Amino acid sequence: MLQTAQRTAKSKTKKTAPPHDRFLEAFRWMLLTRTLEEKLVSLYRGGLITGGVYIGKGQEAVSVACGLFLQQGDIFAPLIRDQAGRSAFGEPLIDVTRTYLGSRLGPMRGRDGNIHRGHPRKNELAMISHLGAMISVTVGTLMAKRFKGEKNFVGLACIGEGGMQTGSLHEGMNIAAVEQVPLVVVATNNHYAYSTPNDREFACHDLVDRAIGYGFEGYSLDGTDLGTCLDVIGGAVKRARAGRPPQLVVASVLRLSGHGEHDDASYVTEEIKRQPFARDCLKVAEQTIIDLNLVDAETLAEWRKKAAAQVDEAIADAQKEPAPEGDKEDWCALSTRDLVDSFE
Amino acid sequence: MSITYLEAIREAQAKLLRVDERVFIYGQDVGGTFGGAFKATKGLAKEFPGRVLNTPISEDAIVGTAIGAAIQGMRPIVEMQFADFSSIALNQILNNAGTHYWRTNVPVPITIRLPSGGTKGSGPFHSQSMESIYAHYPGLIVMTPATVEDAYTMLIEAVAIDDPVIYCEHKYLYYHLKADKLPEKGLPTGRARIAREGRDLTIVSYSAMMQESLAAAEELAREGFEAEVVDLRTVKPLDADTVLASVARTGRLLCAGESFPWGGATAEVIARVTSQGFHLLDAAPQRLNAKDTPIPYHPNLWSAHRPNAQNIAAKARALLRE
Ligand SMILES: Cc1ncc(C[n+]2csc(CCOP(=O)(O)OP(=O)(O)O)c2C)c(N)n1
Ligand SMILES: [Mg+2]
Repeated sequence: MLQTAQRTAKSKTKKTAPPHDRFLEAFRWMLLTRTLEEKLVSLYRGGLITGGVYIGKGQEAVSVACGLFLQQGDIFAPLIRDQAGRSAFGEPLIDVTRTYLGSRLGPMRGRDGNIHRGHPRKNELAMISHLGAMISVTVGTLMAKRFKGEKNFVGLACIGEGGMQTGSLHEGMNIAAVEQVPLVVVATNNHYAYSTPNDREFACHDLVDRAIGYGFEGYSLDGTDLGTCLDVIGGAVKRARAGRPPQLVVASVLRLSGHGEHDDASYVTEEIKRQPFARDCLKVAEQTIIDLNLVDAETLAEWRKKAAAQVDEAIADAQKEPAPEGDKEDWCALSTRDLVDSFE
Repeated sequence: MSITYLEAIREAQAKLLRVDERVFIYGQDVGGTFGGAFKATKGLAKEFPGRVLNTPISEDAIVGTAIGAAIQGMRPIVEMQFADFSSIALNQILNNAGTHYWRTNVPVPITIRLPSGGTKGSGPFHSQSMESIYAHYPGLIVMTPATVEDAYTMLIEAVAIDDPVIYCEHKYLYYHLKADKLPEKGLPTGRARIAREGRDLTIVSYSAMMQESLAAAEELAREGFEAEVVDLRTVKPLDADTVLASVARTGRLLCAGESFPWGGATAEVIARVTSQGFHLLDAAPQRLNAKDTPIPYHPNLWSAHRPNAQNIAAKARALLRE
């Protein structure tokens, strides 16, 4: 059944209860993410990062909610702008800095970069660039868990509104519903796919309407409001875990950066920047904390300092580590060594 | 008892389902009472409830799902209804399965069965041989069994291998090849086989073209030429050593394959032999492939499009005159 979650009305009373019981925890992951990504951007500008840098500015509230409610044994398939979710899921910062800085000790060992990193053995899938492809892979991991008799697990896969227009995504959503696996798909409509605005991406009234067509339950939400993100995405995870049909959540935000740091995003119109979904979710969350007096200013400053220190440490550590070397590399794409073809 | 190539494939899957609880079969129409477009899974859904599953017509998602299941410890066997439709799954096969171990150190033990190659009247979209495309990309093993025995043991081996295997089963051989019984064990994966010994030239082939090459060798034998026929068995990895050893004996090389002529398995064999064994050659190596057009529907056109025993023999005669 199609249900659309309403944005929760925000009261300006002196209540001190947070909008969600994990609000502050989530806020700290968002803060860490913003701090990390700003640092990555400056390293990129300084020429210290090879390849692209893709950040999730403006999407941290949605993303953190994607990682926060997953437990041991759950599967997470993050995408381009999911640093907050990855961190909340348990990805150590050093994985990020090692990958961006090309350390041989990182999870990808210099073989793949930036956002493609993952730890399949720790249930953090390693995305391929081809958008939409990870949905069915997530379905497969959940089927395997069911085959093995595991219980109480879910999978959560992220996608952008651009990736939602691929055939691969369509096949993946459909097969998820056919297999009735406990999957949550969180689609973030940040109103652009690279430079292409929504009106050249799709022509349906609302992307969440597709849920009913796939046999998913669908919800849409204001992705700039952390409390709502936690409520709605947390609720979807809970419903999937409880055996409801697969869940689709469509979040509305604006991408507050270029597509990557190489992109000045000059095509983003002034008009769209004035829309309610263009708010910065981190600022909104911080304002909520101040308005509701959830923590004092010193504590906030302390959190900021701590985040900066963690980021600095992860960068400094990765910078000390060895880079991969072509003549020492194990050029072997198969795990079965005696079946490697020889081109000598 | 007589068992066909197709029955060997079914038997291999039955055995795998019996002995290995990680195995499941995933593909269009493989389940229920139907048992697949070619009946390669007939009866298996009943014998192994819940483990032989029909899928939507979603090749991309079928392979994606298999990849995910494999990462989590299963051993899925995917049946493509026809090899031709695996083009829809190319992305998952090449970019996801083929890169996964290299990128993450976690192998993807999936087996993808491709009913391959031409039969009369099947036309451009139900006749393709795609081994060369899959062999071109890193991270995949490409099997091309040419005998009933290999169809059986290689499929069992494919599922045991920790890496993705593209298993090209030839539709023409499904009913045309028969064996008395199934072996317990075959040659190791990656090892070519001398299917027929000879001293005058080497014909390297695989899958259905191996059978055509054997028939060509019979024709040549009646004319007094002894062709050695090498069955590659897997086109990747390619057993260049066995091929080179044969060329060392014969001095002449002809390669026959059913895929399109630009590049591919036959070109790879010739590249390896000329670069590693140029001194062994008494004449320029030759190859025969299908024509560089889509595969025709009409039997007259179809039989002229792909190599066969007659034109393999003709090419061999010309090479022997060199
Ligand atoms: C199938 C595919 N085609 C093209 C690309 C190149 N590409 C990378 S990101 C991107 C835009 C993605 O837009 P969206 O899904 O909305 O995600 P966002 O970047 O907005 O987070 C494109 C076109 C790709 N990765 N995959
Ligand atoms: Mg977008």
